[in-house]
Order: sequence, then structure tokens, then C-alpha cells
Amino acid sequence: MIAYGEKIREIAKKLLAEERVDLIIGFKQGTLPLMTEPVMIKEPEKTDQLYWSSFCSMNLANYLPKRKEKIGIIAKGCDSRNIAVHIVENQIQREQLYIIGVPCTGMVDRRKIQSLVDGKEVREAIESDEELTIKGNGFEQTVKKIDYLQDNCITCMHRNPVIHDELVGDLVEERKDPDPYDDVKEIEELAPNEKWELYSNLIKDCTRCYACRNACPLCYCPTCFVDEADPQWVGKSIDPTDTMTFHILRAFHCAGRCTDCGACQQACPVDINVRLFTRKLNKDALELYGCEAGLSIEERPPLDTYQPDDYDKFIR
Amino acid sequence: MGIEPERLHFSWISSSEAPKFAEVATEVIETVRKAGPVKKLVKTRAEVV
Repeated sequence: MIAYGEKIREIAKKLLAEERVDLIIGFKQGTLPLMTEPVMIKEPEKTDQLYWSSFCSMNLANYLPKRKEKIGIIAKGCDSRNIAVHIVENQIQREQLYIIGVPCTGMVDRRKIQSLVDGKEVREAIESDEELTIKGNGFEQTVKKIDYLQDNCITCMHRNPVIHDELVGDLVEERKDPDPYDDVKEIEELAPNEKWELYSNLIKDCTRCYACRNACPLCYCPTCFVDEADPQWVGKSIDPTDTMTFHILRAFHCAGRCTDCGACQQACPVDINVRLFTRKLNKDALELYGCEAGLSIEERPPLDTYQPDDYDKFIR
Repeated sequence: MGIEPERLHFSWISSSEAPKFAEVATEVIETVRKAGPVKKLVKTRAEVV
């Protein structure tokens, strides 16, 4: 996967030079190891900045809604599904896009890597196809990348881009994970009070910074319900009730649309696994409506369509 | 995520189904009354005005 960088730069340069796109949305190397930044490039000579590593975990589909230009965009499996969601929801037109698909073997979780070195500063990270070597003051350690993947990448069933105009490498084998929802099932077994305790504990450190919302490609409302002052739907304090209201509503706004890209969890500065909210909804969308978000640009989302045999056992 | 099932009811009632409406409303009230005062999602701190 590490060789993708060169290919990405080559494709981007060609697209800009031939004026097939006005803009490339990709990644550049972060100012710290284990980090990347999103970058928008308009001149072919600046495509050298484009970069690829196992830390390109941001979802670039976040930068698409309502853009007018012709755009070349780098997309992993999950990102491509979010691009499909944007197309279905009329946030961008398919004709505007040149999707540079990246078959993905999973992103490495920088927090899991950081926890290996016990608070010491990682100064350098060197990657090969399978391994990652981290170096710092007085330590050097090599690990297998597959042992330190992001949680959402461990259960990912769609590693290859679902829509693309060009691929940067051969398609990777999709895993036949028998059950990606083990953790959700465990929570489903709990009594209501135990669930409440679990979720209250989960968000107790939340500072309401809204990084999870901002990192999420699904959250593109011009005014988010939490920012609306008149009427004020939810209090702006970190009162546990306000915080819980925010998290419940944020999750439900993603129902049937979430691709479990993990951008929310990666963005959280206090390391809350906010995916525990959305994953239950993903499981329901799959089990009740047979729907996984963003697998096609023709299919309407489950909450936007009606079928006579839709699940309705909860209505009397 | 732990909202008590006793407090959550879904029903589809046509405007011509008055008896069903009364029946459902009574049942909702009974189950909620059994559940007692609500403790979750209640703001206990003073509102800053």
C-alpha cells in the first residue's frame, strides 16, 4: 500500500496538467509523525506535496458538499462510500468528480502506536508494506501494522472503493469476517439501566468540542442543531443531559448513512469511541432493511424509501 | 442506549379510530406511571438565563 503515493502524485499531476480537474483533494504529510493533513491542490507543479501512508485516516469526502469545481479526490473504500452518499443526497454531482480509488488494507491507529512507547515522543515513523518502525529518543521499535489497525478497519468489509475512475493499485481481497458486530450484540444483551450506565460513562469526558461532527462527511447542514440559537434545541453546556442529547441526535442523524469510516473516533481529542452509537444504527439498517450505506449511487437510503414489507413490529 | 422501553411507544392511528386512540393513550399513561418519575435526560442543574 506504501507504493500508492507515487502513483497518486502521477495521476494528480496528469489530471491537473490536462485540465481534466480544477482541484485535487488529497493528503499531505503532517508536521508530526503518525499524522497527515488534508490538502487541496490546484497547480500541477504542487502535486509533489501529495502523500500516502497508513495514517491517512481522515475522510476526504467531508470536503465535497456544494463544491462547484471539477474535483479529483483520493478515496479509500469507506471514503468512496461517503462520496456515493453525497451523490445520492445531491451534495455533489458524479460528473464533477474524478475519483482516484485506493484499495485499502486498513489504517493504523496512531493512538495504539503511541501507547506502545508509554508517553514518549515518536520522532520518526518508517513504513514498509507490512511493518512500521517508530523511532524516538532512546527507543526504536518495529511492529506489524495489521496488529495496530483502527477498530473500524478491523471489522471493515468494504476495503476496495465502490466507485472510482482510476485505481492506484490492484484491488485487495475483501475479508469474509463472519460477524463485524460482536461488540454491538454484547451491548444489546444488557438491561436498559446497564446500557444507560455504559453510554453515560462513555461520554463522561466529552467537552462538546464537536470534532466528531466536524470530521464526519455526513454532517453538512448549514446550521447544525447544536449551533442553532433560536430555537435552542439543546443546551450548550457540558451538563450530562445536554451532552447525551448531542450524542444521541448526532448518531441518529447518521442512521442508514454511516459508513463506519472512523473519522469521528479518530478526531476525538479525549478518545471517546463515538462509533458505539452509530454502529448499532448501522447494524439495524443492515438487519432490518438490508442496507449498507453508500454501496451504490442508484439506491435511495433506507430512511428515504418505503416498502410494504418494511420492519414495523414496534408500531401497534 | 438505555431509554426505558416503558417510555417509548409507537402507534399508527387514523383520525377515524377514536377508540384505538383512547386505548393506546390509556395504556401509555399506565406503563409510564408504573415506571415512575423520569430520572434520565433530566437537567438537574439550574438553567443559566
